[in-house]
This record gives sequence, structure tokens and C-alpha cells, in this order.
Amino acid sequence: MGEWKTPAELKYAETDEWFAVDGNMVTIGITDYAQDQLNDIVYVEFRDAGDTVDAGDSFGEVESVKAASELYTAVAGEIAEVNMSLEDAPETVNADPFGAGWMVKISASDLSPLDGLMDAAAYDSYCDSR
Amino acid sequence: MLQPLIYDIGSPGRMGVNLPECDVPKVELPAALMREELPLPEVGEVQVVRHFVKLSKLNYSIDQGLYPLGSCTMKYNPKINEDAARLPGFAQLHPLTDESGSQGALFLMHELQQWLGEISGFEAVSLTPAAGAQGEFAGILMIRQYHIDRGEGQRDLILVPNSAHGTNPATVTMAGMEVLELPSNNKGNVDMDALHAACEGELRDRIAGMMITVPSTLGLFEETILEVIATVHDAGGLMYMDGANMNALMAAVKPGALGFDVMHYNLHKTFSTPHGGGGPGSGAVGVNEKLAPYLPGPIVEIVEDGTADREEPVGATYQVARNARSNDGRPNGSPLQTSAGEAVEPPLYGFVMPEKSIGRMKAFHGNFGMHLRAYAYIRVYGDSGIRDVTRYAVLNANYLRAKLMQTYKVPYPRYCGHEFVLEGHFDDAEDVHALDISKRLMDYGFHPPTNYFPLIVPEALLIEPTETETKADLDEFVAAMERIAEEARDDPELLRNAPHTAPVRRLDEVRAAKELVLCCAPAKAAASV
Repeated sequence: MGEWKTPAELKYAETDEWFAVDGNMVTIGITDYAQDQLNDIVYVEFRDAGDTVDAGDSFGEVESVKAASELYTAVAGEIAEVNMSLEDAPETVNADPFGAGWMVKISASDLSPLDGLMDAAAYDSYCDSR
Repeated sequence: MLQPLIYDIGSPGRMGVNLPECDVPKVELPAALMREELPLPEVGEVQVVRHFVKLSKLNYSIDQGLYPLGSCTMKYNPKINEDAARLPGFAQLHPLTDESGSQGALFLMHELQQWLGEISGFEAVSLTPAAGAQGEFAGILMIRQYHIDRGEGQRDLILVPNSAHGTNPATVTMAGMEVLELPSNNKGNVDMDALHAACEGELRDRIAGMMITVPSTLGLFEETILEVIATVHDAGGLMYMDGANMNALMAAVKPGALGFDVMHYNLHKTFSTPHGGGGPGSGAVGVNEKLAPYLPGPIVEIVEDGTADREEPVGATYQVARNARSNDGRPNGSPLQTSAGEAVEPPLYGFVMPEKSIGRMKAFHGNFGMHLRAYAYIRVYGDSGIRDVTRYAVLNANYLRAKLMQTYKVPYPRYCGHEFVLEGHFDDAEDVHALDISKRLMDYGFHPPTNYFPLIVPEALLIEPTETETKADLDEFVAAMERIAEEARDDPELLRNAPHTAPVRRLDEVRAAKELVLCCAPAKAAASV
């Protein structure tokens, strides 16, 4: 096992979301491991831009031929932008989970919860252990 | 296309019957109800018969072979159930017949309520929910109302393990409450640390209850179930048991005696009434004395005591109940006598709404045809037979598990209940997945097991053989699974393209999920959508 990509510059949650930080803007998507486990993704649904979320809240859901899963944010803030293109082309998440398959951008009120997340090496071994 | 839709084989004006002259005054339908277009199929009788016979020959059923669809308990449906359900006195009984004219049916429902209560250790049972998910919904609505009546309406959280059936969290949400998901530990049991943290932390006063399946969806008996129940009760919550897996417990464990407050039964699983095409389902609920006043109604009760000896054989009592009432429900002039020559008067059965009932779940009295079949099933087996059902179901599952462990990875290698989980994946055949193994089983003449559930096991194959399979049948299944494991290494493409012998080849699930075109209207109209 261990064939999936795990970019070094990102933070990772146990629920298989990745977090990229730029100033106070946090971009969230799901990992290569997650898309591989889910198999073909057929549907995504996100909360609306402008909604505020707490850390630990669900910001949407993803559905594949195998399962439906909730998506969680580790940071609180306002949803600044939603990747609407995924609604018509959810397979983009399979093809490019860390690039065009990004899901939401949150204008974070506090970045400190990200310190509690895994780095790439820790996430890799976490996935290997599953 | 294998068989065209019935809309595509007819032609305008063709029909299967010639209606007689109308012998009552014609009444015009209100204009608002009239439609210009009503695209119904127009076909002759022989076309209808051939159409459905052809479709039925493409189907696979338990009457053809093993159907190890885990979590669904696709057990054989004994034909005597169907005989019972077709008795004209039952089959032609109109649901609006008054109680005096339906004492036999009421007697049967009353007896079934009592038997289900006895099997699971509950005080009272309602037969009305139409299926398992509706039974769950009834259970959670009862729990909610119980808390509201005690002035604890703030209790709005229901604990649900992450191995649960998807219907459990859906039920909680439908009932206007919130799910608190609990992790499982490495033995497949509920993580007790997480449970204690939830029940003893700041959310304590919001805990309304917990929904849990026993044995779990992994087919494993929750080894700490008594501690789970005590922990939730201590926090003020009630315990809901999802009875989907009752086939591992009947006559062995009574959920009511463990401390559960409410559970639903799937009559269409455990008690051999048909699933799907022959359905509908039936999701009776059982409760202890705390929740009895809240049961969905109506339930059947004795509304007027008789003098018939309740210890008499059931059939005799039924005959008494049926014969001794005249049309108005009152006893006939010449009362029946016991063998000792004493006059007996049967009890009068009636529909009753429990005192604080959450209301009706369904029109009329639930799916009565399913009550009849479940009644026949329990009646035929009797208490020692019901015990054997459970024992053989558990034995068969453990036999398959022990055999298949030699070829497949079993993530929780301990004694299982009536079903168990394999990982449908091999480290030395990376490209083969659970779905490929499932599809290949069809080529060997078996229905595939449930795959990709429970979600907490990667590449899950959930296998439930049920009690009726012989050792020879089980060995054939094992041989097929072993061959498939070899093929996965030698010829993975064979699996990835399976099935090869089924009426249709591998279906495109992605396209089916994305392009929701339902072709029930005439195909031409649908094509233009």
C-alpha cells in the first residue's frame, strides 16, 4: 500500500481533508488517499459562500459509488468561496484532489487549530496503519 | 436491450380484457382531474404474461440458491407462510371491517404481539410500522416524547456508533434530533472511552439515547453491551436496539432483559416474510414499560375478558374466538364448552390507541399480510425451533468464516453472530477490489454478498449465509470464493470484467449515479428529456 500522493506543504485531518494556508485564507479539499478509497465520486454538495462555520463543523458532503461522507473543517470562519465547478464535474476530485479538486476556501478567524493537524509524514503513516 | 419496457411492446387500442356494459349511472369526473395525456401501456394478456415471465427468468432469488447478502437476512421464505396469507378469510378481509367481524385477525395480531414481546423480552409491541426504517423512526419519536413529557426536552442528542446502518443517523435527523457519532475500537466494539466521555462530559444533559445494532453490523456481539447500556442510562438516555440482526439472538438473548428500552424487528428479515418484490416489509416495535404508553397505534388488546382458558392450545382458542361471536361481536346463544363441559366465552379483541401514543405510522393496521406470514413462521417452528434457527444461522456463519479465513483477510477474527466481514482485497493483486469479487461470484451462480458496508472496513464483503443452507451448499460457496482468490492473482482481468454469464455485463455505476434518466415513461418521451 502507500501509492497515494501527500504534498509536504499541506496539513491533514484524521477525517482525510487537507488544509492549505495563505494568510488567513484556508483552502480545503480531500486527500488522494480519500478519493482512492471512495472510488468514483459522483456527487458533491457544499454549504453556501457567506455561511459561517465552527471548527469541527461539516461544510458539505461527498458521495461516491461506494459511500457518502461528511466533509469537516478544522478551522472556524466564513466560507469565502466554493468550488462550484465540482457540482457538474465531481470526477475532478478523483483526477486532481489537491489542485482543481479543491472544495471550499474559508476566511479563518483563528489558524491555531491547524497546529493540531498532521503533517504529510504523519498522515502517510496514519493511512498506512488503516 | 434484453427485454423492452412494457410501454414499448403495446399499440394503441390493444387491451387484455373486454369490459362489460356499465350497469350503473355514469358520472363525469371533475374537469380538474381530467388529463389529455395518460401514457399507460396498452397490451394484451399474453403480452403481459410473457413480459413478466421473461423478466422473472432474468432474476435471481433465494429459491434458486445461496443469497449471502449480509445485513439483509435473505432467508428462505417457507411456502406455508404463503398458504396462510392466502386463506380467503384473511386475504379477503377488508381493513375497514369492524372489530366484531375481524376477531380472528385481531386474535392473530394480538398473539403475534405477545410472541414478539416474549422473544425479545419486551412489555408491549406495536405491529404498525411498515418497515425497519419506520420502526426506527417510531422508536426515536417515542424516546423524544418521553423526555419532553419529563420536562427534559433539551435532550436532543442520539449516540450512534460509526459501524451503524445508515438508516440510524437518518432516523435521528428525521426525528429532529442530532447524531453524536462514536468510534469503534480494534475489536469492533464501541470505544468505551469515547462513550464515557460523551455521557459524562458537558453534553451529558443533552443525551437523549443511543441507537445500536446487536450484534453489530460487523456481525460481532458487543462484548461490553451491559456497560454501554448502564453508561447511557446513567446519563439519563434511553437505549434503542436496531433489531436488524435479531437472527443471531432469538431464543438466546432477550434485548429487553439486557436493558434496552425499545427495539424494532424486521419481520421481513428474521421472521421470513418476503423482501422487495414479494413484500412489503414490516418493522414492528417492542418497548419496556417506560415507553409502552407511547407506542404507535393502534395496537390490539383484549377489550373484554372472556372465560376461555388462556393456557389452551392457540388453535383451539382461535376456533373459540371465531365461532362464538355472532355478527355484532356478542357471544352466540349457545356458548361453546370446554372438554370438561364448562361454558366458555372468548375474550373480545379490539384496536386501542396507547395512552400517550406518538400516533399512527401508517394507514390501517400495518402490513397485515406480513403479520400473518411471521405468525405462521413462529407457529411452525415453536420455541425450540426458533432456538435452532438462531443456532444454525450462527453455526453456518462461523463455519464459512473459519473456512474463508484461510484465503481472505478477516479483520475481526473472533466468533461472529449470524454474519461476518471479509476484506475483498489482496496485497498481491492490487487491482482487484471487493466489487470485482462480488461480480465474479455471479458467474459461479451465487448472489454477491453486501459490499463496501460496514464503512469502517476497507473493501468490506459482508457475508450472511442464514440458517437453511446445508454444509454441501456452504462448501460450494467456499470453493467458488477460493477459485476467485486464485483468479485474482492469475487473471485479474477476468474479475474486473465480471460477470460474464449474467444477463447483463458490468454496469456503469458512475454513469447510473450521474445521469438520472428513469425510463418509466414511453422511451421516446424520456429520450427527448
